[in-house]
Amino acid sequence: MRRLLPVLLAACSLWTLAANGTELRIGMAADVTSMDPHFLNIAPNTNISWHVFDALTHVDEDARLIPGLALSWRAVNATTWEFKLRRGVKFHDGSEFTAEDAVFSIERTQKVPNGQFQIYTQRIVGKQIVDKYTLRLRTATPDAMVPYDLDSVFIVSKKAAANAGSADFDSGKAMIGTGPFRFVRFARGDRVELARNDDYWDGKPAWDKVVFRIVPTDPARLAGLLSGELDAIEQIPTADLPRIRRDPRLATAQKVSWRTIFFHLDQYRDRPPSLTDNSGRPLERNPFRDIRVRQAISKSINRQAIVDRLMDGAALPASNLVSPPVFGHAPDLKPEPYDPEGARKLLAEAGFPNGFAMTLAAPNNRYVNDDQIAQAVAQMLAHIGIRARVELLPMNAYLPKARKREFAFAMLGWGSFSGDLALRSLVATANPAQGFGAWNWSGYANARVDELLEHGFATVDAKQREAIARDAMRMAMRDYAVIPLHHQFATWAMKKSLSYKPRTDEFTFAHHFRPQ
Amino acid sequence: MILRGIAAEFAKSRIALAGLALIALILFVALFAPLISPQNPYDLAQLDLLDSRLPPGSHSTAGGTFWLGTDDQGRDMLSAIFYGLRTSLAVGVASTVFALAIGVSLGLAAAWFGGWVDALIARLADLQLSFPSILIALVLLAVLGQGIEKIIVALVAVQWAYYARTARAAALVERRKEYIEAATALALSNTRILFRHLLPNCLPPIIVIAAVQIAAAITLEATLSFLGLGLPVTEPSLGLLISNGFTYLLSGHYWISVFPGIALLLAVVSINLVADQLRDVLDPQGRR
Amino acid sequence: MFAYIVRRLLQSTVVLAVMSLAVFAGVYAIGNPVDILINPQAGQQEIARATAALGLDKPLAEQYFVFLRHAAAGDLGNSFAFNVPAIGLILERMPATLELATAAMLIAMILGIPLGLWAGLKPGSAAGKSIMAGSILGFSLPTFWVGLMLIMVFSVYFGWLPSAGRGPTANFLGMQLSFLSLEGWRHLILPAANLALFNLSLIVRLARAGTREAMRQDYVRFARAKGLTEIHVVGVHVLKNVLIPIVTVMGLEFGSVIAFAVVTESIFAWPGMGKLLLDSINLLDRPVIVAYLCIVVTLFVLINFAVDVICSWLDPRMRLVDSQA
Repeated sequence: MRRLLPVLLAACSLWTLAANGTELRIGMAADVTSMDPHFLNIAPNTNISWHVFDALTHVDEDARLIPGLALSWRAVNATTWEFKLRRGVKFHDGSEFTAEDAVFSIERTQKVPNGQFQIYTQRIVGKQIVDKYTLRLRTATPDAMVPYDLDSVFIVSKKAAANAGSADFDSGKAMIGTGPFRFVRFARGDRVELARNDDYWDGKPAWDKVVFRIVPTDPARLAGLLSGELDAIEQIPTADLPRIRRDPRLATAQKVSWRTIFFHLDQYRDRPPSLTDNSGRPLERNPFRDIRVRQAISKSINRQAIVDRLMDGAALPASNLVSPPVFGHAPDLKPEPYDPEGARKLLAEAGFPNGFAMTLAAPNNRYVNDDQIAQAVAQMLAHIGIRARVELLPMNAYLPKARKREFAFAMLGWGSFSGDLALRSLVATANPAQGFGAWNWSGYANARVDELLEHGFATVDAKQREAIARDAMRMAMRDYAVIPLHHQFATWAMKKSLSYKPRTDEFTFAHHFRPQ
Repeated sequence: MILRGIAAEFAKSRIALAGLALIALILFVALFAPLISPQNPYDLAQLDLLDSRLPPGSHSTAGGTFWLGTDDQGRDMLSAIFYGLRTSLAVGVASTVFALAIGVSLGLAAAWFGGWVDALIARLADLQLSFPSILIALVLLAVLGQGIEKIIVALVAVQWAYYARTARAAALVERRKEYIEAATALALSNTRILFRHLLPNCLPPIIVIAAVQIAAAITLEATLSFLGLGLPVTEPSLGLLISNGFTYLLSGHYWISVFPGIALLLAVVSINLVADQLRDVLDPQGRR
Repeated sequence: MFAYIVRRLLQSTVVLAVMSLAVFAGVYAIGNPVDILINPQAGQQEIARATAALGLDKPLAEQYFVFLRHAAAGDLGNSFAFNVPAIGLILERMPATLELATAAMLIAMILGIPLGLWAGLKPGSAAGKSIMAGSILGFSLPTFWVGLMLIMVFSVYFGWLPSAGRGPTANFLGMQLSFLSLEGWRHLILPAANLALFNLSLIVRLARAGTREAMRQDYVRFARAKGLTEIHVVGVHVLKNVLIPIVTVMGLEFGSVIAFAVVTESIFAWPGMGKLLLDSINLLDRPVIVAYLCIVVTLFVLINFAVDVICSWLDPRMRLVDSQA
């Protein structure tokens, strides 16, 4: 009897181990609102989509484009791209992935009501299925960015998602993809559960089961990791970084994110909203049109202090609109040195010796410490005589107002895998037909920068394109088209027994977590 | 003479006296905050990011001491608490005064005029009271947006019904008394009778309610600020200070959340202690 | 009795109608219904199509009836953020909030009634005085601050209880509830205690006042004169009379607890209706806000109606009073 007991115990423990399998529990920093991969283009939703679906092109940890469901692609002529698709890829229901599913997915992005993925496919005017594994896409004008845009188009199963609405994805009916995990359950506001796809074309993930727990409250998410409820979390609250790094039970991973925090300054109106002199009367001219004022503002910001005291070291002062590993980053540009004396002199030279007053607008729930950064910048502007009133809004309220140009001084955070793409959206003269300047709230218009960008987009050779992109970046930054602040870091914390290859695009991929 | 009697009754409770002393202290701080604070925490030019998150007792670059530490923007916590108390009290008292004025007038009118006026006002008040204050406040703020005036509007909308109901109940009883009959016989105007004769005799329960409601208003404003729906961020009230400090609790910077919390607590508890004793003195039957 | 029920039912219906009018006025007349019901980020065509579909170009009176018809059918629009029917979202989260609220009420009653009784029986004693002081503290402390302190003490310092989220749920009577497992309880206890504090203090004070009142009554003296033990007197006679007003108040407070759960759910990341409302306000997801209002109003009217009927059944005097009003 005495010998039987240990055997029984061992058997029980083995059994429970086997029954549990390997499970990974991850704490997410933002709320997942929908499982529909073509509806809302917000990071938490796309994060989940990347687990269940694939796209034709993928992006590696350094934000460089790599093959996904498309093995290779080439420009057949100036307006046509041909994609050779991967063979033998199976959807989670066993059916085979073919060009038809790709075309269906591209078309679905146009059909979802209020869908935010239309911008990635609206330039594709012709789709031709050459054969089961070859697809040709035609654009109206030469567009070198089609493969980049397709990285945002998730491929769903034509069979499973025919006539599917967002509710069908939430319930799981249409959640059939080719990705590393199968969909199990979505409990809104609480968790997303996934199970391993043993037949994944890019290698079997290390985890049987993955649970994404939704914990947007920073302290709660961290507490979950410390108590052992979670195995890993994304976005470590910056105040806790030093402590977490010292904790022997935890491992951390971090990387400069592609997200650059910067400020748009209204340069196109004579009387931008909220700009007044110190007694409240509207100014006679727009100070932001004077490059000396823009430079003064840039000089007044102590970027290193923000990085050290606000971000606890989890940011990099910025000189470009894209971070260092990204295509098109000009390494010779340096962040503006902190010089409040010089800033005051410049302001006086420009005709504003007593400064002026304005409203600084920023979101308060989107970027790391965005509300605190806004207040810190307002504080620094106050030191050189510019009295800034801080207006913070949740992102959903902030964006529509900002797009309607209601703010003269507005914060934005931009993540791009290409410097020229960033410039195209943020700094190029607004041209909706071309898709230029869609996010150019400042109204900055520099024909030379536009020329360079157009030239670059028509250039298929990557090296040439990068040189042109760098030139354009130098031109825009030296002209203070916008005022870059810093590149935030993407951070992850996990149990000591795990490791994660940090990603520039800030995504948290369960299949990239490996046991040590 | 009546007041002296009330004061004597009140003074029988040591705890209530302590509460009163505390309220006096808080009022002093709130009124003279700009004079006694080492720093004006609402003036961005006086803040320095390099002073951020210093523990209590640290020295500032300018030479002073941060007795209660600093928050993440370099604001001196002691000054922030003084100004925060000022804001919280101002909002609490202002909303109570408006709600009292509106509610009591409506309640008196309902009791005096009777008929459909009474039915309408009484029903409205009942309807309002059957819904939790936080719900009404949340929805109003969602519609109105942020700002100090909007918070006061929301608080007034939540509170007026308490005063209306209390005033109406008291007035219904007083109305039948002889001195009112006499006043009516003298053909005095309605307004005069209501405010000169009826109102003073209805005051005791109203005062009790007002005392309790000030504390409730302060707590509600703090809760709304904590949830992010309150006052602007560069002029933080106590609720907002506590909310800002929440993120730092786990990492050991407890002072950003704990000290404002204690200040809020002291303010609310002292008001409630006084209100409790006032109720025992003025309104012993507990007409609620 | 039957007449009473019918009268209350009619009154409740009137209240519902008035509230629906208020919500309608808020959405259609005061606010801009296009902003409220149609996603502001939609394209021009989409806005035009949705305006026609929702009948927003028709006269106001007609719109009210369309609104009522849709509301009765359970269609209050689609959430902007989730792209699914708003009502479905709220009903999905309701069991979580109800579970939290019920747990809080139970804690408040189970702890509050004995404490209040004791304070009422021995008002001069040290225990009695400290219970009363504690009760003042209990309803003065802001809920959110207590929540933060609870997390700091029990979760961070001692590490005994989880600081956020809901435990694993199981199906119970068709709803997903978490109290059936130990893990579920561990997640439930802190937020429930947080939410219970205010009502706990209230019950303590009510019970104390009721006990002191009851002890002065003749029937207590009579019971003692009959020779019944003190425990019998207190436990049976006094308790019964103390319970009636407590049950009344608690029934009405239940609705309040559901509303105040917003704060607790926000701190403890508990996935209930309250947190959904807060998130929707931040996201400007107005259909969800409107749907929340409609559902909560209906809930309150139902709760008030139920409490009224139960109380009048327990205490016949209430029926008589009401019939004279």
